[in-house]
Amino acid sequence: MADRHVDVLAKFWPVLSLILGLAVIVALAQLGPISIERMVIKALIMMIVVIGLYTFIGNSGLLSFGHSTFMVVSAYMSAWLTMPVIRKKIMLPDIWSGFGQMEMHVLPGALLAGLLSAFLALIVGIPLMRLSGIVAAIGTFAVFTIVTVVYNQWDSYTKGASTLIGLPTYVDLWTAFGFVAGALVIAHLYDQSKFGLSLRASRDDLVAAKAAGVNVVRQRLIAFVISAFITGIGGVLYVHFTATITQANLLYLNLTFITIVMLMVGGMRSLFGAVAGVVAISIVTEGLRAAEKPVGVSGLGELGLAVFMLVILAIRPSGIAGGKDIPLPAFLRRRG
Amino acid sequence: MIFLQYAIDALSVGGLYALAALGIGLIFGIMRLVNFAHGDLLMMGCYAMFMLAAAIWPVTILGGVVIAILVAVITERIAFRPLRSADPTILLAASFAVSFFLQNFVLMIMGGRALGVDIVPALNQHIVWDSLSISVLNLFTIALSVILMGGLSLFLARTRIGIHMRAASEDVRMARMLGVRVNLVVATAFAISGLLAGAAAIVVLGKTGLVLPTMGLRLTLIAFVAVIVGGMGSLTGAVIGGYAVGILEVVLGGLLPLVILPYREALIFTVVLLFLLFRPGGIIRVAALKERV
Repeated sequence: MADRHVDVLAKFWPVLSLILGLAVIVALAQLGPISIERMVIKALIMMIVVIGLYTFIGNSGLLSFGHSTFMVVSAYMSAWLTMPVIRKKIMLPDIWSGFGQMEMHVLPGALLAGLLSAFLALIVGIPLMRLSGIVAAIGTFAVFTIVTVVYNQWDSYTKGASTLIGLPTYVDLWTAFGFVAGALVIAHLYDQSKFGLSLRASRDDLVAAKAAGVNVVRQRLIAFVISAFITGIGGVLYVHFTATITQANLLYLNLTFITIVMLMVGGMRSLFGAVAGVVAISIVTEGLRAAEKPVGVSGLGELGLAVFMLVILAIRPSGIAGGKDIPLPAFLRRRG
Repeated sequence: MIFLQYAIDALSVGGLYALAALGIGLIFGIMRLVNFAHGDLLMMGCYAMFMLAAAIWPVTILGGVVIAILVAVITERIAFRPLRSADPTILLAASFAVSFFLQNFVLMIMGGRALGVDIVPALNQHIVWDSLSISVLNLFTIALSVILMGGLSLFLARTRIGIHMRAASEDVRMARMLGVRVNLVVATAFAISGLLAGAAAIVVLGKTGLVLPTMGLRLTLIAFVAVIVGGMGSLTGAVIGGYAVGILEVVLGGLLPLVILPYREALIFTVVLLFLLFRPGGIIRVAALKERV
C-alpha cells in the first residue's frame, strides 16, 4: 500500500516539485514590497502562456508564431462575459445584448474564454497540423494576423485600436499561482498520457512513429487544442491583471517573441524548462532594470537581457533544464 | 493606362519585397537560420542615413548601406557563428534576441519617437505623362531591385565564392570536406544580406520618410512569408514569392472597396494560408530540404 503511494508521488514528482518551488517563491513575494509582488504576478501569468506553448512546441517539435491569437481571443471573450454591465454600456454600447446584460463570475468566464480558444485551435488546427516545421509556424502566424486585423477593426466589440478599460481585476499572487498550478497539472497529465507519448514519438522520428501506427495529425491537433486552452487562460489573466486590453504597440507580437525565447532559454523539452525559462528571464530582466537605475542610462537592461539570452543559447542549446525534470529525491526512488 | 499605373506600383512593391526575401532566403539556404533580425539591418541602415542626412546624398546612401552590411557581419560573427551547428529553432530564437538587442540599442540612443527625414528629395518627384503619374522612387525601386538581383545571380554563378556558397547551401558538411571555407562563405552571405537590407532601406526611407526602432518588423514578416510561399531554400522562389506578395498587395489595394480596405492585411494572409495548405512546399520545391529516410 505504502509502495503505491510512493509510486503515485514519484509519477507526479515533476509537477509537484515545481508547484512546491513556486509556492515558496510566492510566499516570499508576499512579504516583499508591492513592486516585487506585481513582478511575480506578471511572471506567473507569463508562465501560464509558456506552459501552453511548451505543451504544443515541446511535444510536437513544431513551432508556433500564432499562440498570441489565443491570448487575444480569450482576453476579449472574458471581457465580454465578465465586465460590469454599467461599464459595458459606456465602453461597448453596441455589443450584442446577450453580452451586454451579462455579468458572469470571473472563474467560469475565464474557463469559457479558454474553451473558445480551444475551439478556435480545433478549427484552424485541422488544416494546419498537416504542415511541417517552419511552414506550420508561418501558418499559425497567418492565423494570428487575420484574427488581430479583424479584432482591430471590430470597434463595437473591441474598441478597435484604442484601449478597452475597466475589466474586473482579480489576479493576485495566489490566484495567479493557482492557475499556474492548474496549467502545470494539465500539461503534466497530457505529457504522461498515451497521446503525449505518441506525439513525442512523432517528434523524435516521424517516419517510425507513422509506421508504428501513430496518427500524427490527430496527435498534434490534441496538443494544439490543449495548448490553446492554457495559453488562452494566460491571456485572460494578463488583461484582468492590468484591467485593460490593448493591441497597440505590437503588444501581442512582442509577447509571442518573448515567450518563445523564454521557452528556448529554459529548455523546450521539459515542463521544468518552461518554468525555469520564465523564472530566469524574469529575474534577469528585473535585476538589470534595478541595476541600470544608478547608472542612469535607461535601456541598458534590455541590451543585457538580449546578451543573456544569446549566451544561454550558445552555451546550453538544450536550455537551462536541458530537457530534464527536477530529479526524484532519494526517498521516492524505487528500491531494489 | 490605369493598368500601367498598377503594374509599376506592383513591380516596385514586389521589388522591395523580393529584395528583403532574398536577404532572408540566402541566409536560410546556407545555415537554416530564419533571420528575424533582417528587418533590423534595414532599420539600422535607415538610422545611419538619418544621421548622415546633412551630407550630400551619395554619402548618405552609401553610409546607410555600409552600416547595414557591417551590422550584418558583426551579428554573424558574435551571435550566430557560435550557434552554427544548433537546431534551427534555437537559431531562430537567437535571431529574436539579436533583433531585440538592435531595436533596444537604437531606442537607447535615439529614443522611440518617429523621426522625419528626406534623404534624396529627387526621389519624391513625379513624372506626369498623359494620365499617368509615376513617382521617381517607384522607377528607382524597380531598377535597383533588378540590378541587385542580376548582380547576385551573376555572383552566384560566376565567382568562386558564389559557387562555394551554392555548394554550401546544398550540403554544408560535404562542401566543407571538399575544401569550401564555410566561415568565409557564411560571412559573405551575411554581408550580401546586409547589402540587400541597405538597398531596401533606401526605398523604405524614401517612401515613408520616417525612422522608428520597430520599422523593420513588417518587412521581415512579409519577406518571411514571401520566402515560404516561394519555396524555402530556393532564391528564385524567394524572388517569385516577393513579387507575388507585392502584386497581391497592390491588386487588393486597387480592387477592394474602401470598406474592406482595412482588412487588406488579413486578406493577404488568408491567401497565403490557403496557398500553404494546398502547396506546403512553396512554388519551387527544393530537394535538399526533403528529409531522407
